Amino acid sequence: MALLEVRDLHVFYGNIEALKGISLDAQPKQVVAILGGNGAGKTTTLRTISGLLRPRSGSITCDGKSIVGVPAHVIVGLGLSQVPEGRRIFNILNVEENLSLGGYLMRSHRQLIKERKAAVYELFPRLAERRGQLAGTLSGGEQQMLAIGRALMSDPKVLMLDEPSLGLAPMLARSVLKTVRRIADRGAAVLLVEQNARQALAIADYAYVIEVGRIALEGEAAALASDERVQKAYLGGFESVGSA
Amino acid sequence: MGVFLQYTVIGLTVGSFYALVALGYTIVYGIIRLINFAQGDLSMVGAFLGWTLLVSFGFEHLPIYIALVIAFVIPMIGTAVINIGILQFAYKPLLRRSLLAILITALGMSLLLQNASELIWGPAIQAYPPNLLPLSGFFIGPVHVTYVQIALVIASLLLMCGLVAFVQGTTMGTAMRALAVDHDAARLMGINVDAVIRVAFVLGAMLAAASGVMLGIYYVQIQFTMGFLLGLRAFTAAVLGGIGNIPGAMAGGLLIGLLEAYTTGYLSGTWEDVVVFGVLITVLIVKPTGLFGERVAERM
Ligand SMILES: Nc1ncnc2c1ncn2[C@@H]1O[C@H](COP(=O)(O)OP(=O)(O)O)[C@@H](O)[C@H]1O
Ligand SMILES: [Mg+2]
Repeated sequence: MALLEVRDLHVFYGNIEALKGISLDAQPKQVVAILGGNGAGKTTTLRTISGLLRPRSGSITCDGKSIVGVPAHVIVGLGLSQVPEGRRIFNILNVEENLSLGGYLMRSHRQLIKERKAAVYELFPRLAERRGQLAGTLSGGEQQMLAIGRALMSDPKVLMLDEPSLGLAPMLARSVLKTVRRIADRGAAVLLVEQNARQALAIADYAYVIEVGRIALEGEAAALASDERVQKAYLGGFESVGSA
Repeated sequence: MGVFLQYTVIGLTVGSFYALVALGYTIVYGIIRLINFAQGDLSMVGAFLGWTLLVSFGFEHLPIYIALVIAFVIPMIGTAVINIGILQFAYKPLLRRSLLAILITALGMSLLLQNASELIWGPAIQAYPPNLLPLSGFFIGPVHVTYVQIALVIASLLLMCGLVAFVQGTTMGTAMRALAVDHDAARLMGINVDAVIRVAFVLGAMLAAASGVMLGIYYVQIQFTMGFLLGLRAFTAAVLGGIGNIPGAMAGGLLIGLLEAYTTGYLSGTWEDVVVFGVLITVLIVKPTGLFGERVAERM
């Protein structure tokens, strides 16, 4: 049994069915990539796992326990943390305060918070230099580091990242993805949503390709990277996997 | 010059009451973009609860410090409970609906508190014990300052400092500021958004109740209608300072207090509201973000 198991997830926005039966697994130390074009349902998948959206049907279990219907703020405490699309850092708060909120559930354990902040600053030394600076004044790359660092403050078993390389210069994007790999190597299960399929597959162990709310393709990352259909659709071509 | 300074002392005293009520508007607005029009009436309810304790229950005869602690703390708790009730039963079901629905409901809550208070305490003017605090004072040059004024201004400042310390210095306060930016991102941090909103309503009500008791002590007379104008003036103060902006609400309160004192002093009391609401309309037209700008992202 996988640490995170999603089975046959159906999610609606009003009458529109955005997810039409998504199933996926993630294990500790694994980077699982979720690929797909704009509007495929990647963000909806992560938001549903995080409890921000409620599925109409399907199951989500972490460590064998169902988390469907559990409020988002409680799910964080169960060990699932998300770096949302567009970073969504608290721009009127400084770096240190953003990290404090990442550890909100442990706020009474001052020593633990201190240690976790130190660990984040070790992972992202740039943040340490800017700890008193308002988050809104950070560069795009620094904001992404902060968003990741903030999500790590709860020491998650499952870390979900929604397009962390979006809008970053290629070198910065590579370095962010490298860090994501390192986080998985330390023991977390990582769900990585990316449009940048080539770079995502380079660091992932396993990958799913979502198209219009369904899993169109899945497999070992290395196998997918050399798959003709994936290459055509996401590594240069324009057609979808389904039509290939 | 002496006259001007005398008006200034009065203006700062009254302004500190407005600041407390304005803070309630601003904290709640900052978090959920709701103008809680019951804010001024919560202050009135606080004034009556304090009056009930001091006069009806006779706590005015206790040693002054004990009497004051009771007269402030219990009304603060009482109005906090009322405000939570208003949140849960009136606002919460509407939070995802149109702003207009919430606005009208807020006005309804204001009327509800007024009518309920009239029912409970009657339509007559009631009087706080006039000698609760020493009536005397002293002169600084030509300016007469009473001990009551000093005590009330210090109490207001302490409450404001306490609020700032909470909002700036605690993780819960940081969460309140985060809610001004992004509710969903806050949820992803493990923040129970509903609980933080309740904290904001509790704080807003406590500040309002404290100001109500202070008004009772300062003006002696209270009536169930007093919350209406108080609320509008405090709202003007919050808008003037930039609604959602905590230091702005404090500065706005003091400015409105001063404006009122100068108008009453140099023109006449009948012009007071004309000037105050002239300010409100001017700010809304010329600079809707207020003097100090809105700190939080615009979502309306
Ligand atoms: N808040 C929303 N309301 C209505 N439809 C939405 C909403 N968010 C996303 N959708 C729709 O759901 C589908 C999946 O969106 P999303 O999960 O954001 O895709 P992706 O992250 O893969 O780009 C899209 O068709 C999108 O238009
Ligand atoms: Mg997306």
